[in-house]
Amino acid sequence: MPYIQNTDHDRARMLEVIGAGSVDELFADIPESIRWRGELAIPESHSEMELQNRVYELAFKNVTASCRPSFLGAGVYHHFIPTIVDHLAARSEFVTAYTPYQPEASQGSLQAFFEYQTMICMLTGLDISNASMYDGATALTEAALMALDLKNKRRKIAVSTAVHPDYRAVLATYLKHTDVDIVEISHVGGVTPVEAVQAALDDETAAFLFQSPNFFGAIEDVSALAAATADTGALSALSVDPISLSILEAPGNQGVDIVTGEGQALGSPMNFGGPGFGFMATRAAYIRRLPGRIVGQTVDGEGRKAYVLTFQTREQHIRRARATSNICTNHALVALRGVIYLAALGRTGFKKLGLLTASKAHAAAQRLAELPGFELAINAPFFKEFTLRCPVPATQVNEVLYAKGIVGGFEAGRCYAKMDHHLILAVTETTPDDDVTRLVEALKGIA
Amino acid sequence: MYDPRPIFDKDHPGRRIVRFPGENALPDGDELIPKNYLRKEDVPLPEVGELDLVRHYTHLSKRNKSINDTFYPLGSCTMKYNPVINEAAAALSGFTDLHPYQPRDSVQGLLEIFHLTAHYLAEISGLPHVSLHPAAGAHGELTALLVIRKYFDSLDLPERRTVLIPDSAHGTNPASCTFSGFKTKEIKSSKETGLVDVESLKAKVGPDTAAIMITNPNTLGLFERQIVEICDIVHDAGGQVYMDGANLNALMGMTRPGDFGIDVMHFNLHKTFSTPHGGGGPGSGPIGVAEHLEPFLPVPRVVLDGDGKGYRLSEDFPHSIGRTRSFFGNALIVVRAYLYMLSLGREGIRRVAENAVLNANYLRAKLCETYHVPFNRACMHEFVATPKGLGKDVKALDVAKRLIDLGMHPPTIYFPLIVPEALMIEPTETESVDTLDRFVDTMRQIASEAREAPETLKHAPHNAPIGRPDEVRAVRQPILRWDH
Repeated sequence: MPYIQNTDHDRARMLEVIGAGSVDELFADIPESIRWRGELAIPESHSEMELQNRVYELAFKNVTASCRPSFLGAGVYHHFIPTIVDHLAARSEFVTAYTPYQPEASQGSLQAFFEYQTMICMLTGLDISNASMYDGATALTEAALMALDLKNKRRKIAVSTAVHPDYRAVLATYLKHTDVDIVEISHVGGVTPVEAVQAALDDETAAFLFQSPNFFGAIEDVSALAAATADTGALSALSVDPISLSILEAPGNQGVDIVTGEGQALGSPMNFGGPGFGFMATRAAYIRRLPGRIVGQTVDGEGRKAYVLTFQTREQHIRRARATSNICTNHALVALRGVIYLAALGRTGFKKLGLLTASKAHAAAQRLAELPGFELAINAPFFKEFTLRCPVPATQVNEVLYAKGIVGGFEAGRCYAKMDHHLILAVTETTPDDDVTRLVEALKGIA
Repeated sequence: MYDPRPIFDKDHPGRRIVRFPGENALPDGDELIPKNYLRKEDVPLPEVGELDLVRHYTHLSKRNKSINDTFYPLGSCTMKYNPVINEAAAALSGFTDLHPYQPRDSVQGLLEIFHLTAHYLAEISGLPHVSLHPAAGAHGELTALLVIRKYFDSLDLPERRTVLIPDSAHGTNPASCTFSGFKTKEIKSSKETGLVDVESLKAKVGPDTAAIMITNPNTLGLFERQIVEICDIVHDAGGQVYMDGANLNALMGMTRPGDFGIDVMHFNLHKTFSTPHGGGGPGSGPIGVAEHLEPFLPVPRVVLDGDGKGYRLSEDFPHSIGRTRSFFGNALIVVRAYLYMLSLGREGIRRVAENAVLNANYLRAKLCETYHVPFNRACMHEFVATPKGLGKDVKALDVAKRLIDLGMHPPTIYFPLIVPEALMIEPTETESVDTLDRFVDTMRQIASEAREAPETLKHAPHNAPIGRPDEVRAVRQPILRWDH
């Protein structure tokens, strides 16, 4: 039997110790009327050989992103992953452990999460970080919930429409049943106008949520938006691409109160969008309202440095209905990949990655914008993703590209009215120049 | 020669691991992006060499106990063996190197896995519709509660806003209620049986009842013998029955929640279905629902078109609660769970439950000679013991810490809350009787030490990487990140 080590002989001996005549007797508490005596409509047991064949068959039915040019981004990105990340994060001592409730048996995970929290603080320019969340969408939503908790008289959440549509959808799902109003602030030409934020926020607003670089790839005026938010007494909560923080100013230094994001790009493959991990950092003063696990440093009885899960009275297993969140299991192992990745890049490597990515993206954008009929749709700085306005509907462009073996960009019209001609394209350090050339050539006939 | 300092203390500027092609000919940032948007100081990440980095995280890994290292009977967490073939399969680029917005014809293999996994989970649970969207168990709870809420809204019954929760429940249950806008009422467990007190339940159900959240088997490892009656009481009062599936390992192939009256439940793929716990995640928490709740499941959902075009993901479900996370669930966790079920096959799935229950009862039968087992009767996949009687100062914590000394991971302690000094022990089906015997011997040794040398326990662990940490200091003088 797969993965079961005891033999019939073992089972007989065990039943004797228990004093039961059969294994079935142990299930006597289940009333006979509800015992399942049928056959589950699930295939018969596969041997490992059959399993391998099956898994290759299924894997080969998929066409991977690396086997042809692809310019999809929109929240999930193909970045280079050093081999060392896979090698170390796959160690079974990390993979097959659970939440480090017993610190003496979990110093490895705990120290790694402490290092993780430190790196997230370094990237974001904020004081404290939790030990990860599910994804970028739930992290931003939890930031809104945290703000509502901190500003509990205020019952409005303002959000820019330039935030990832999935993230806004999750926010809406989490808040639909509450007395909280979500106020959407429309982007204008792909960026969030500071005046619109000033006009929309009032003393009822608990937080303003925005993204930078935003869904269209544009870098928002983070300082001005954070300042406009602070003027109304609301908290600013930003979702950010962590790779962009290699060269872009830390949001904590620009006045942002809560910084969240999707961490997939830090050392994990795209995984069809999951699992990645969510990260969340904020100011030290808000420590007791932060959701999720937090690792702290302390000492043991002999004064040795020790790491523990701390401020646990915020959490569901202690505070139950009054916890700061219901989150229990987080995305620790993917966050660990992030730590190893950032350590492997180091200060210099991370900066060079940012510059390489940005320069490749800018070169590609320029070549595309020179094509007759095509232009960059947004007049704002960008990092690795940009929005191209096409002479024909973007769906049509993607079809032409796909027929030529190229996966184009994200069609903005799928989520935004009046943006049918807009394609959101991502270029990273991994994008070969030849791929950009192929894209340019393929688009030439379209105008 | 272990150097325990955080990676930041090993910073040695100039050491590099990753280099990029053309990295010496890069433009300055302000040639691309206006200067006022750029960092004034580089991110102060440590710079270390490759060998030192390998050693750092290799050493850290050795400061963990894990399933692959030792017995890990963490109650309610189902720390079973994580088959290595699943890890190898989930690392294939045919799964990892897929973008969530790729054209549908290029991800048919993965969507087929989604479709089949949902089908198998539906078969095991007797609940016909399954969403793979939620990221973890608690996330599944929240998603399911929002489904229940939307269901009552569709019936125009907004007064149903109370969820009944037994006092033995996981803390995520009441927390998930709060975040889905429900009030909670606690149901007492019977002191004699450890099961839901049906009289307490009857007294609490009413026109405000939206649901009961019941964990079955419960956190004492006992099957709720009156589950059919419990479901009837709640249904008769107009409520829904939610099952926390954390303990499904005991039931697979033996009984189906959908058949005994459950309307909605969550699965923990990282418990029952062998996907690794990863030091705290990622997991996956699909939910299964009965027919009447199907319209409200979260989007997107996998749809199989009849026109030969195969599978696609659809958001076109007008009554859906919407999205509860980005993209399409923890796809790579689903791949592992699919392979696990295929490996077990229909028979093997039942054998899991049988052997999990056999292993737990074997431990219970042997340990009850030395430890107090408050509900000492045939249990399901886990049971609760306490050190009561070993000496008045002997705490569950002491037993747990001494176990670490003796090379094992401790059980869950101080949970469920209704048993003082609880040690909640779940061996799982993948342990051999040899390991169980060694655990029993170790627990007996600890019991003798408790009587003869209690100081050994009080100061345990003695040979772990650290002794007991000062947790009060961690809160009073918080250090939550490295600093110079």
